[in-house]
Amino acid sequence: MMGLMERIGWTRGILAIFLVGLWFVTIVATDLDFSILFSDCLVRTGMNGILVLALVPAVRGGVGLNFGIPLGMICGLLGTIVFMDAGIRGPSGLFGSMVLGGAIGALAGWAYSRLLEAVKGQEMMVGIYVGFGAVAGASILWLVYPAQNQELVWPLGGEGLRNTLVLEGYFKQLLDRFWSFPIGSGFFPTGLLAFWLLLCLLVGLFLRTRVGLALSTAGANPRFAESSGINVRAMRSLGVILSTVLGAIGIVVFSQSYGFVQLYKAPLLMAFPTVAALLIGGATVRVAKISHVIVGTFLFQSVLTTSLPLVNDLIQQAEGGEAYANIPEIARLIISNGIILYALTRKERA
Amino acid sequence: MTNPALKLTDIRKSYFGNAVLKGVSLEVAPGEIHALVGENGAGKSTLMNILFGMPVIEETGGFEGTITVGGEAIHPKTPSDAMEHGVGMVHQEFMLLPGFSVAENIKLNREPVRKNIVSLLTGPVGPVSRALSSLDLARMNSESRISLDRIGMSLSEKTKLAGLPVGHMQFVEIAREVDKKTAKLMVFDEPTAVLTETEAAELVATMKALAADGIAILFISHRLDEVLEVADRITILRDGELVECLDQADASIVKIAALMIGRDLPPRELPARTERQDSRPLLSVQNLFVDMPGEEVQGASFDVYPGEILGIAGLAGQGKLGIANGVIGLYPTRGEIRLDDKPLSLGQTLSILQEGLGYVSEDRRQVGLLLDESIEFNIVATAMQVRGKFLKGSGPFALYDQKAARAHANRLIEEFDIRCQGPSQAVRRLSGGNQQKVCLARAFTLEPKLLFVSEPTRGVDVGAKDRVLNLLVDLNRERNTTIVLISSELAELRQISDRIAVVSGGQVAGILPPDAPDVDFGLLFSGEAVRS
Amino acid sequence: MSRVRSVAVANLVPILFAVLCIGGIVSAHISLPLLANEILVRLGRNLFLVLSLIIPVVAGMGLNFGIVIGAMCGQIGLIIIENAGGQGVGALVSAMAISIPFSLLFGWLTGLLLNKAKGREMITGMILAFFANGIYQFAFLILAGPVIPLRNQAILLDSGVGLAVTIDLKGTGGILEHLLRPSFPFLGFKVAVPLASLLLITALCFGIRWYLRTKSGQDLRAVGQDMHVAEIAGHNVNRNRMRAILLSTVLGGIGHIIWLSSIGSINTYQSHEQVGPYAIAALLVGGATVVHATIWHAILGTLLFQTLFLIAPIAGQELLGSPQIGEFFREFVAYAVIGVTLALHAWKSRRG
Repeated sequence: MMGLMERIGWTRGILAIFLVGLWFVTIVATDLDFSILFSDCLVRTGMNGILVLALVPAVRGGVGLNFGIPLGMICGLLGTIVFMDAGIRGPSGLFGSMVLGGAIGALAGWAYSRLLEAVKGQEMMVGIYVGFGAVAGASILWLVYPAQNQELVWPLGGEGLRNTLVLEGYFKQLLDRFWSFPIGSGFFPTGLLAFWLLLCLLVGLFLRTRVGLALSTAGANPRFAESSGINVRAMRSLGVILSTVLGAIGIVVFSQSYGFVQLYKAPLLMAFPTVAALLIGGATVRVAKISHVIVGTFLFQSVLTTSLPLVNDLIQQAEGGEAYANIPEIARLIISNGIILYALTRKERA
Repeated sequence: MTNPALKLTDIRKSYFGNAVLKGVSLEVAPGEIHALVGENGAGKSTLMNILFGMPVIEETGGFEGTITVGGEAIHPKTPSDAMEHGVGMVHQEFMLLPGFSVAENIKLNREPVRKNIVSLLTGPVGPVSRALSSLDLARMNSESRISLDRIGMSLSEKTKLAGLPVGHMQFVEIAREVDKKTAKLMVFDEPTAVLTETEAAELVATMKALAADGIAILFISHRLDEVLEVADRITILRDGELVECLDQADASIVKIAALMIGRDLPPRELPARTERQDSRPLLSVQNLFVDMPGEEVQGASFDVYPGEILGIAGLAGQGKLGIANGVIGLYPTRGEIRLDDKPLSLGQTLSILQEGLGYVSEDRRQVGLLLDESIEFNIVATAMQVRGKFLKGSGPFALYDQKAARAHANRLIEEFDIRCQGPSQAVRRLSGGNQQKVCLARAFTLEPKLLFVSEPTRGVDVGAKDRVLNLLVDLNRERNTTIVLISSELAELRQISDRIAVVSGGQVAGILPPDAPDVDFGLLFSGEAVRS
Repeated sequence: MSRVRSVAVANLVPILFAVLCIGGIVSAHISLPLLANEILVRLGRNLFLVLSLIIPVVAGMGLNFGIVIGAMCGQIGLIIIENAGGQGVGALVSAMAISIPFSLLFGWLTGLLLNKAKGREMITGMILAFFANGIYQFAFLILAGPVIPLRNQAILLDSGVGLAVTIDLKGTGGILEHLLRPSFPFLGFKVAVPLASLLLITALCFGIRWYLRTKSGQDLRAVGQDMHVAEIAGHNVNRNRMRAILLSTVLGGIGHIIWLSSIGSINTYQSHEQVGPYAIAALLVGGATVVHATIWHAILGTLLFQTLFLIAPIAGQELLGSPQIGEFFREFVAYAVIGVTLALHAWKSRRG
């Protein structure tokens, strides 16, 4: 038993058991429709999965956990806004946003990588602040963006883009519903999960190509890489650029699934849980695999997704329990940051 | 000797089963200046760490043997311990704080204090009271002044350390030890390594002054001329053992150098070699300058002929390690390098490797291996990037052909006799010798025309050393790979090289046949020949 | 001329900020006496907190993002006092006194964590702040009332479980500010000086200066410069670092109480969060770096930062017709200052 736990990893094992426990309680103790719950878990996994995937190239390239992922998200948001403003709907809107967001992300990622190169050793700290700064700077951008499409702007002649843009009629849930089939009262978001897993596959394959292996080598041991003729600087930049591009794509997918495009402060709130999910999957500051992404996102998102309705239901069943409604949100804070703390205080192997 | 200041008896120390000190004994009289010399790895630093109670010693199993300082037996487990018992140490990397003044450094953690209101409130004595007492700056300065004067330093005790020239910093450390007033023995670890000529002369004068004051001095140095000038007696360590203890009168540079490096190994049976084709050099290095900290190359020139094994020897810090690193392009390099009469672009590692040079680094763990990767990946990684081997297809997005890599790795594991659990085992788990073989296998996979191998037997146990050397010889004879072998083990170089170049002062001091007498080597090692 | 240049480069950040402030003041068309009034109040409010960041920098632990934890402890002290219905200066002082044991406990835990993350203190402190925030929220949103004996209905939510989102400091609000409030004429108007607060802060300044000249302070400075050298010289590195964090946390608690009292109400779930980055930004604006911070940095920085903070929305309104832009701008600036400082620090330490 112990051996099995060691192999799975204590964090993952405990969380998996906890998740199953939650599900068990939900089925047994509440009237909630488990099929809907499970469907939600799947959807949320797919929604966030690409963002978690985005962290991998950066870790592999040796720059640590990319806390600056909000930068990539903003690029994706910008791409989305452009297409929404032009009124382009449906698949063209969706994929157009991804492509444009990705392109902007590539440029931004390149600039970001130049900065990180100058601050080697403190990438994570600087990344956090790049994230904050990007969000604040973008907020100014959203306020002055000359949008033509009235649906995007504050009503009654207000200034700038709204906090939340409604995707109804554009490409809301386009991927989610694609080839989806019902499970009980819920549905299996085939398109969403397939797209995510496809990207995971592509990244995984990339990491086994010549360039991808050069990237991993540069991150694992820069001096070894140098002595093998690898351009370490270029590889680190590549990792950051890929990370930013995937971040851009990731937020577009997230938004389409959620049904809303969230501007202003929102990207900040997403950075830390994304990192936590990756770490839960078993990654560290220096090691990240695709399996970490898949397992981590599923576990993290499922625990969160299950606990909210579960607690709400238990509250309704109990007397005066409304006060406890905030527990899942708080638990999310505690778990995410606790995990990251743990990862930071682990001693690195010499 | 009656009442020596320091007496070491049968000091033994092993690191993870590797015996680094094998029973060293020596005595230093009060007022005597005693030099300790030896190659890197001979055990000098370990001996100093033991004497000074450095934590790394306790953490790795402690030591055996006895130490007496001024007649009192001690077994220091922390530097404070050693200091309390009269051992003062002036380190190679200064233990100084740049943001503090000279006086603050001299009085580090021994600052004189004055009572103030708060400290009185917290009791007349005790750690809290002392902690909250104000620093007595006046006394700090005046007492530091006295210590500085005692060693003849005129610099102000109030200047901040950060601005001082390196040589002066050294003196601040000395002043600190002198200020402790309890030092019976002072140990100087490579004190002149970073000093200019004038500063070094000042230091020597200071040491003599301290000795005249009755303090015993133990000093480690690579600069044999200084050693001769100032030491009363000289102990030579080699391979963790005391080779000899010479009086100043009996010593000469050449003699010392010869004792440091000379070791007799049984002659090796070398397989015959096919006739050498031509007398044109395969690699020609002209006026090489390499900025590798600690191993600078300052105008080295030499040729390497096809099919030969050229050994490169020299004392630590003289530049032999810088040569290979510079040629491959890992450190800033100037000069001219021609391979097959074609000039190489300096610093462009990828193109240099593609032209046919290979390299096995002296730093096996940090540079030579990806410790957490499999054996097979380590073996093929470089060849994959440089030659596009072990890939399906071509171009940057060609996929890794793991099957081919595994097959190749299996072959080499057998050929090189790499003791492991299989090709997918992480390299970290292997023994030093086997790790070294993986490094060699990696270089071999590159199929270079000329291979630089740096310190291949360092940190490798005796049995494996043999096998590694055999591998190199086989590589040379069977595949006609030209080898440049850089090593601090002259004995090994003499066993397998065709010619041996000696590097001293960053330049090639001379080239000798392997059977040249020890004295000739000693002469070149010491740099006498180059300077005269 | 080159001396002027080198002075300018060394003090680039404060100079830049001074320029921004002056520009802002001019474009905001704000009356100077009004400005002076506000600034004095803000100095009295914020400077204590900023000063409490100095000691960890001296001890080599960088910018103490974990100051948020001290703020939380201060908040706890105030909540307890308000719960008991305390009034007046005595209540305020009691709140400070109550906060100290909490600060010591949580500061100790913080110190343990930071000692395990040597070299990564700042990011660890930052994440720790978020983590502690989660625990804090759990304690005060869920446990307050049923488990933690806070019963004063004025501070609880209607359901009786969890603290109200905003707690008015009826008993302790504004006490310090109005304690001693002489007025001085300035440009034809009267400017009120919150003397009590400023005196308290002055006392702290002298206290810090005195402390850094004691043996204990000297030890901290030694450890802050080079842990290895200090260890060889016999210092207990971990203990010294712990001491620095404890001091900082306790002072942070008191400083936050002063801040809250000045504002007059607690934003229960958010007040402490904002403390960290803004206080740190203020210190950096004054010219401090990750490895060097003095009392003057704190004073100058708080002055400049708070001025900009005040001016930006007004200037934004005047210049661009949108106070919102001004608000975002000042946030952007705060983060940019920290980010740039960190980047510069990393770049400099790479150059060696």
